Amino acid sequence: MIILTKEHYRRILAHALDSLPLEACGLLVGSIEEDVKIVKKVYGLTNMDQSPEHFTMDPREQFDVMKDARKSGLVVLGNFHSHPATPARPSAEDMRLAYDPEASYLILSLRDQEKPVLKSFRIREREVEEEPITILSGNDSFEEKAFS
Amino acid sequence: MIVKVNGNEVVLEKAISLKELLVVQQVRTPEYVTVQLNNEFISAGSFEDTLIKDGDEIEFLYFMGGGQAL
Ligand SMILES: [Zn+2]
Repeated sequence: MIILTKEHYRRILAHALDSLPLEACGLLVGSIEEDVKIVKKVYGLTNMDQSPEHFTMDPREQFDVMKDARKSGLVVLGNFHSHPATPARPSAEDMRLAYDPEASYLILSLRDQEKPVLKSFRIREREVEEEPITILSGNDSFEEKAFS
Repeated sequence: MIVKVNGNEVVLEKAISLKELLVVQQVRTPEYVTVQLNNEFISAGSFEDTLIKDGDEIEFLYFMGGGQAL
């Protein structure tokens, strides 16, 4: 289970919409309490591929986020990317390139921009399992930071 | 000797290479990790030849990307 606030969700959505027609990507930072991931910060990262169908995170930005998280006693919980025109499920390529068994892989589909769909997955050795997401309405403890 | 791996102290019995360290850290796909040694990027081709020294700070993370099949 992964928990985020409405503001975190808005931040992911805004980064994805701002990046159109390209795929957008970013990282989620927070804490893990009894197997529940609690998001505290959302980071929009640069898609180095600059493509509507692919993304590659900038490793320099990834390191910056990881170190920034550590300074606050937090960890990188997972990542998100957008699917501008396809459903919110990992593509074959998303699965092939998912190497971090601990990470949550969130996908935001903008196929219907009026009704964006956000889903989270765990991917281990190309086995995909959907992970429940809870979006809290409150915006306490909301913090954000973007590189772009 | 003591090194720091992703912020955590790790005690090593003897000098090992970056490649061996990734094995100790249970990285199954070392070809898909990016490594910084004391804030310098180390190319994957140098993992085997790079020896870890006492006090080194090693950061590694997984390649993060995806997309539709080419
Ligand atoms: Zn994808």
